[in-house]
Amino acid sequence: MLSIAVPVAGVLLAFVLGGRWVRFVVFTIIPTMLTIVAATVLVLPRSKGPLVYLLGAWTPPLGVALRADGLSAVMLAATAVVISAVSVFAMTEFRPTTAAPRAPFAFWILLLAIWGALNTIFVGGDLFTLYVALELLTFAAVPLVSLDGRPETLRAALRYLLFALLGSVLYLLGTALLYGRYGTLDIVLLSRRVSAEPGPLIAVALMTTGLLAKTALFPLHLWLPPAHAGAPAAASAILSGLVVKGSFFILLRLWFDVMPALPGFAASQLLAALGAAAILFGSVVALRQERLKLLIAYSTLAQIGYLFLIFPLALNTSGQLDHGQALAGGLLQAISHATAKASMFLAVGSIYGALGHDRIIGLGGVARALPLSVLAFALGGIALMGVQPSGASLAKDLLLEQATSTGQWWWVIVLQAGGMFTAAYVVLVLAHALAPSDLPIALAGDAPRSRDLAALSLALCSLSLGVVPWEHYLPVPHGAALRSFGLDALFKFMLPAMGGTALAILFSPWPHRLAHSATWKTPTRGLGPLRRICLDFGGLVETGDDGLRQWSTTGIALLLVTLLLAAAMFTAN
Amino acid sequence: MSGTTVFGFCAAAAVGLGLYGLITNPQPLRKIIAFNLVGSGVFLLFGVVGRRGAAAGLGNDPVPQALVITGVVVAFSATALAIALLLRLFKAAGTATLSDAPLRADPDSPGD
Repeated sequence: MLSIAVPVAGVLLAFVLGGRWVRFVVFTIIPTMLTIVAATVLVLPRSKGPLVYLLGAWTPPLGVALRADGLSAVMLAATAVVISAVSVFAMTEFRPTTAAPRAPFAFWILLLAIWGALNTIFVGGDLFTLYVALELLTFAAVPLVSLDGRPETLRAALRYLLFALLGSVLYLLGTALLYGRYGTLDIVLLSRRVSAEPGPLIAVALMTTGLLAKTALFPLHLWLPPAHAGAPAAASAILSGLVVKGSFFILLRLWFDVMPALPGFAASQLLAALGAAAILFGSVVALRQERLKLLIAYSTLAQIGYLFLIFPLALNTSGQLDHGQALAGGLLQAISHATAKASMFLAVGSIYGALGHDRIIGLGGVARALPLSVLAFALGGIALMGVQPSGASLAKDLLLEQATSTGQWWWVIVLQAGGMFTAAYVVLVLAHALAPSDLPIALAGDAPRSRDLAALSLALCSLSLGVVPWEHYLPVPHGAALRSFGLDALFKFMLPAMGGTALAILFSPWPHRLAHSATWKTPTRGLGPLRRICLDFGGLVETGDDGLRQWSTTGIALLLVTLLLAAAMFTAN
Repeated sequence: MSGTTVFGFCAAAAVGLGLYGLITNPQPLRKIIAFNLVGSGVFLLFGVVGRRGAAAGLGNDPVPQALVITGVVVAFSATALAIALLLRLFKAAGTATLSDAPLRADPDSPGD
């Protein structure tokens, strides 16, 4: 398929032509790819079933098939949009200079490589192709972390690589077991043959754990914060917005397409419980960060947890996973997170570039100095919180509806809490950025307009995702986003916003702009003891998080997760 | 006990030892070697799987062999990338430990 061949050709061409031409190559590839993706997206609704391409015209048990269904089309489009915006952002930052000629060259080539690898993941129709694509994605993502060559980022990259290798080798082990039992790795053929036997169940548990390690779900997240916070802004946007979605997408394929009948109630509850823990840990630690980039990295951790809530909600009455609203909601959440988080990282990148630092306390007055960057950050954050037409709001509606209709009320609480925590760190940052500053702001560098526009367009994209006609690609009820404009929508926005403000005041250990203004003084004084309890709890969580990000504890957690998943699947069958 | 069973147990042992080393060993170079050990175990398992296809009358199942070759290439490039990163880290920092640098410290703060 062209969506894979074109970026790979771009990489090779860029290598041949050398550093001078690399931006030219990238900016010819982008329109080509946008056309290809648009064609895929437009053709798909007219064809019955997925678009299939057989490599070398060999049929699946022996050959390899590439399939594009609704899920792949949606993800292909989202990837193309995010990568285009990020390259517009990076155009001014990574231009070939005589001082450091290698970093820009590497950045553009790795960007194309990531694009190719992600597209392979989205259309790959067999588990081994997915393994190779996953490894390509890792190999392209790891050097992006350490582009500037500082010891901290090199260390972060090495941790990322080693842990990702651990994850992928577990995945490969599972693949070997599945092949040994069924003699095929093609997703469609496997889904017809797979049944509840000990071998395949263990294989699936191993593969799931490996993918969880690569997606950085809660106890397996030791590599994510330093890697995502240390990379250059454009690279962080790609890593946080897209790269973790690659392994998540394979997980969706594995659970929903390969073995929709196997996992059962307990295993899916376990996954979602880890997700809920990720929301709590990630958000509390995020609220205690001093640096803006680390805050956003930890918020990614929390948002990844949010994605895993779809697994229990997708169970139908007979305990089998079902392609339904929950899957659509989860995928929409993934896409809106990709666009919104990328725009937030880009906005922070231009704030960092202009101020020379990204300490949250030192942000006062930034809104006046860099209005567009702050606006992009605010819109991205609001989109992530789930205001009415945004993708996140539609996703939340679908998930909430599914939770009430399957009677799993406890996930409703988690979903609402997740929304509030998201609001909390957005409010926290905006409160500091919007506050007036007594001192004039010294801008350390220039802030090209194109950067802010790239961030802003991504944020707007995320805000308008809810009105896209999804029903050709995903099982979303028609016009679901427009159903409830009005007072209801206002209430739905105010609930997380108010809860988020309260959480931000309670959990952030730094002096508050809000708390010092006269109108807020009385209510915050009343909160004093409660805030102290929350701060102690936050400290505890942070210490726990430090402990969890050691290799030994993560290793034990990895084994435990595998065993628990296997046990949960055995009890279900 | 047939040959394939023995090789299967060998593969399991290699995977187990490698996982243990990858998780508990603090030095990055040993972690890389342990990763290779796990990889070898998995490839051996693919070999065992291919041998089981012999029951169908074929000498051996060709697909796992193709998968192993691809897997070896991937593992080789992973090792090369890891070692290149390790060398760069050693050059830049003087040591090559993975111990967690304090996250909350601001490495490029002007010191105010």
